[in-house]
Amino acid sequence: MSTKGGLLEGKRGLIIGVANKRSIAWGITQKVAEAGAQLCLTYQNERLGENVRELAADLKNPLLLPMDVGSDSQIVMAFDEIRKKWGKLDFVVHAVAYAPRQALEGRFVETSREDFRVAHDISAYSLAAVCNAAQPLMAEGGAIVTLTYLGGERVVPGYNVMGVAKAALESTVRYLAADLGPQGIRVNAISAGPIKTLASSAIPGIGSKLKAHRSHTPLQRDTDQLEVGDAGVFLVSDMGRGITGQVLYVDGGFSIMAG
Amino acid sequence: MADVRKKVIAIIAEQLAKPEDSISESSHFVDDLGADSLDTVEIIMAIEEAFSLEIPESEQEKIRTVGDAIAYIEKHAKA
Repeated sequence: MSTKGGLLEGKRGLIIGVANKRSIAWGITQKVAEAGAQLCLTYQNERLGENVRELAADLKNPLLLPMDVGSDSQIVMAFDEIRKKWGKLDFVVHAVAYAPRQALEGRFVETSREDFRVAHDISAYSLAAVCNAAQPLMAEGGAIVTLTYLGGERVVPGYNVMGVAKAALESTVRYLAADLGPQGIRVNAISAGPIKTLASSAIPGIGSKLKAHRSHTPLQRDTDQLEVGDAGVFLVSDMGRGITGQVLYVDGGFSIMAG
Repeated sequence: MADVRKKVIAIIAEQLAKPEDSISESSHFVDDLGADSLDTVEIIMAIEEAFSLEIPESEQEKIRTVGDAIAYIEKHAKA
């Protein structure tokens, strides 16, 4: 898949969040692999591991590891394995989010303490935990990219606590960028337009959000996983070397519109 | 619309890694074919993709057998 002289030739990257072929993480995986990167993919549990193993058959020499980002010990184990196998890491793609289904139904004002906690733990804190585990492997600098959504900035009906967690995630990106900048580690987020994935299928009205997106967006079409992947390649490559702490919109321009 | 039936069975067979001849219209995704909740969501998404449909959540919950899926597609597919 790789070509000599690709933007990520000789780079090693970790991709967190592949669940199936529709995952945004898989779109990014395909593009960073095409750019020449060698990859480690993690999966949350054995059930998703089946999907990941099947997809990864197309990659060159991938490292496949279990890692539930809700578990500190699993994060330690996965990074330990990466350290043993590779000794270093150049980039990380963090494409995971979760909120209990009932928190996405009904009104945000009724969110329980536990649902709020879990959504923030998995969707925002996990980025800090992963960056902390990655930094010893990034002695020569590195780049981290996470995925956010407009619902973190403005109210998207039904997105509820997930939007609040995305706001925390975007702020986490800025604080991490400030902390890690002196070490040459960049941290950025991509705010993607709505994409139908296994995770987003849990969002009420995702179908109508996609329709609204199509009709109101300057580019008049859906955002797809591969164009998010290309933006990811840019941000983790040397082409993005001056960019940190930012949110890059890959949404066909939807976020600039007022109606 | 034998085509729809054939296509739906092929999608489900692939998703669940089962031979096509083990799947009939009366097959229930979970009870007969052993699908888990993830499989069920993936089957619906694959059907949406294959037939250029967007199935609302309230309708998705009602599609539980191969026959349900075929009936929904025959009623709603453009073409």
